[in-house]
Formats: sequence, C-alpha cells, structure tokens
Amino acid sequence: MSEVKDNLKYTQEHEWINTDGGNIVTIGITDHAQNALGDLAFVELPEIGKQVSKGDEVAVVESVKTASEVYTPVSGEVVEVNEALTDNPGLINTAPYDNGWIAKVKLSNADELNDTMDAAAYTQHIS
Amino acid sequence: MSLKQTFLHNTHIAQNAKMLGFAGYNMPIQYPLGVLKEHEWVRQSAGVFDVSHMGQAIVQGQGAREYFNKLTPSTFLKTPAGKAKYTVLSNEQGGIIDDLIITCLSDDKFFVVFNAGNKDTDIAWFKQHLPASLTFTELSDKSLIALQGQKAEQVLQKFTDTDLSNLGYMCSTEAKINNSPVYISRLGYTGEDGFEISISNDKVIEFWQNLCADEAVEPIGLAARDSLRLEMGYPLHGHDIDATTTPIEADLNWIVSKTNNAYFGYDIISNQKQNGASKKRVGIKLTERGIAREGSNIYSQDGKLIGKLTSGSFSPTLQASIGQGYVDINYAVINTPVAVEVRSKKIPATVQDFTFVQPKTKR
Repeated sequence: MSEVKDNLKYTQEHEWINTDGGNIVTIGITDHAQNALGDLAFVELPEIGKQVSKGDEVAVVESVKTASEVYTPVSGEVVEVNEALTDNPGLINTAPYDNGWIAKVKLSNADELNDTMDAAAYTQHIS
Repeated sequence: MSLKQTFLHNTHIAQNAKMLGFAGYNMPIQYPLGVLKEHEWVRQSAGVFDVSHMGQAIVQGQGAREYFNKLTPSTFLKTPAGKAKYTVLSNEQGGIIDDLIITCLSDDKFFVVFNAGNKDTDIAWFKQHLPASLTFTELSDKSLIALQGQKAEQVLQKFTDTDLSNLGYMCSTEAKINNSPVYISRLGYTGEDGFEISISNDKVIEFWQNLCADEAVEPIGLAARDSLRLEMGYPLHGHDIDATTTPIEADLNWIVSKTNNAYFGYDIISNQKQNGASKKRVGIKLTERGIAREGSNIYSQDGKLIGKLTSGSFSPTLQASIGQGYVDINYAVINTPVAVEVRSKKIPATVQDFTFVQPKTKR
C-alpha cells in the first residue's frame, strides 16, 4: 500500500506539493508514482530561473525502462532544484516525500493550489 | 486482446511480480527486488528467468542437417550431437526472420528454440520448407527456464545427477530433474555462465519454487533480462535485427558459413561479406548525462543524420547510457564521436563495440 502524507497536496498525475514554505512550494512525485516507475536511473532537473505555467513539464524521471514527465501543478519561477538527484536518482524511490524532492517553485498565483487534492482525495484516486 | 500465460503465471503473481504484456504473453517484468538489484544479482550470484513464452520444437527425420543449411546461413552438416549453435533464419533478401538456437541431438533429431514474438511466423516458415522426410513438432508440453550467473552450476547440480562440470558452453544434454526428462543447455542471454532447462509443464512450478528457495537464487524479470543482454551486445529481434537487416549489417558475420551456399539470401549475404554493407550495427555510449533509447537519431559531429538507435537503456554495471544502433558504414569506427538526439537535445556520445561488458560464459 503506497504511503500518502496528510500534510501535502496532490495532483491527478501523482505529483505532491508542500506548501509549508509560504509562497515557495516544494514539489515531487508520490510513493505511488515511484513504485510504478521502478528503480530510477536518471533525473533531468529544470534550470533555476525557469518560468513555468501550471501543467508544464518541469522535470523528467527515467527508470531503466522508460522516461516519465513530471508536471508543475503551479505557475511561477523555479528557484531551487535538488542537485542530490543528479548523482543519486534513487532518492526518489527511497524517500519520495523528503530527500527525493525535485524542485521549489515561487508561486505567481496562489489560487492554483485550490485545484489540488488533499491526502484523502488522493488516497481515493490511487485506490 | 487477451494475453497468453506461461505455466508459472500464478507463481509470479504469488511472488508479487509486476506483470506486463510481451510478445502476446503476460510476463513478469520485475519482482519486488527491482530492476537494478535483479541485474546485479545475476552478475554476482544466480538469477532464474521464466522464458516459457519462447518457441520450442523438435525437427526429426532424414535430411535434417541439409534442411537447416537451407534455412540458415550457418552449417549443420558436421555439427556433433549435443552441440548448440546460435544462428538466424534468413529470407530471400538476406534479412533476418528470427534469431534462434539450433541444437543437434543426433543426425536426424534437432532441437530449436526461437523468439516468442516470432513464434507464428517462424513455425509457418519452418513448415513451408519442410521436406516430406522430416517432421516438425512443437513442444507445447514443455516450459523453459533460464538459470544464469556464476553460481548457476552449483545450484543446478543439486537438482540432477548429470555431471554439469562436463557440460561445455553451447552444449546440451538430456538429463533428469525430479525423475522427469529434461534438456539442459549451457547457454543464455546474459553473458554469465548459465543454463536453459526445457522441462515438462507439470514439473516446472515445483522446479521454479525449489530454485527460488535456494539462497543463491532470485527470480528475475524481463526488464533486467534486457539490460543484461544489452551490456553484452546481444541483439533483440524486432529491434536490433529484423527482416530488413542482414547478418553482415548486424555484424553477425561469424555465424555466416564459408562453405554453405544453399541458404535463402545467399547471393546478397555473400556479396556483403565480400564487399561490405552500407550500414553497420554498432554500440553507442553517451558521454554526458542522459539516457538514449530506441528510435533516437544519431548525428555525426558535423550535424549529419547518420543512423538511429535500435535499443538503448541504462547499464547498471557501467552506470552509463548504452545502446545499439545502425550507422552509415563510414562512421562505424570505434571511438568516432557522435551525438544522440534525446527530447530535442543532442547529447554527445561515441561509437563503441556493442560488447560493452565482457561475457563470462564458460569456454
């Protein structure tokens, strides 16, 4: 059974958003997603400073077999990326909600967070 | 569309395998151990694979040797009993209908193992060219298990009285496992020492479970099977070789006999063997970060499109992106710098020998 964290928000495409940082949110992919992908071998991170719109491809995670796009649930600017994933893409498999975080985005429109799911709704979505 | 199943289907489910359709069969892609650890387990210990989706058949009767000399560019006229050969079924254009293993059991009895994805095409081709003196019998009552890795011999020896230390590479023997007749062949698709065991469907579940109970053994899925063979440079039919590629273009010159001139596509293949072909299968290795996959375009240093990747993945042993592809013959030189297009970006790479990792198959 995949882990779903209560304090995070979620998208249909299995991304999570941590809103503890005010208008800078952290995003990653869920336990359900990393389990479906299998062992990750490569992560393509976005450039710092990149302007993104909600739904844009912001990263690519690659397992041995396939590549999968990660979409940003919010519009804004990429202000930080998890460089540790460059040498250790497996962090997403072992710790998808903390050390396996992918990028931090400075929000340009906080209202977009209303389109995300809470933990209960996401749990329903993946069952 | 419904998928076929092997006799081990429920066992794979019980072992929590992730299943996926492959060549019309519902097959285990990976087990909970995961692709990377499964790959390493085969390289360090012993992995067991269910390859029962593959075709197995016996060709029996007078003229068997001449028959295979017509269907393949290799020669079977003098192959001793117990010897297996890797070869291809060629068509009139010199293309590869399938690659397969043909084992001589005796002058008038041969055992063939061929790809699941080409099963129907191969069987039709075998039968189309079968003379009246020969019979072609599919072994639908047999499953096929591969046990691969440096510990494979010590594990398998526990299951049979036949002395496996005497069984050489590319050799086959009849044996008994659990009182049931089997064929054991010392060969495989991973580059490790190992065996393929043709065993009755009613014995395979127990055999598989007993193998998995051995602490040296882990069940391995098709995903790791692909990364293992890719490190060795073994082609996958339908990707790296197909009906439009000749054995010379595929750099499989070593299977083409110097004496056989009776096979389909002889004119084209022998001409290419003499004068070279216009393209060649090579290994491609990325020299910067990324993973290049099947279908990616290959460019020369000055931006010319020179070929395409036919296979590509991440190599756990080399921690690099490796693949096979066909390039224009002028660029098929080791260490030629090239670029591979991945998601609209050109990533630097080099042409390499497609045998990226040296095989440890017993000689």
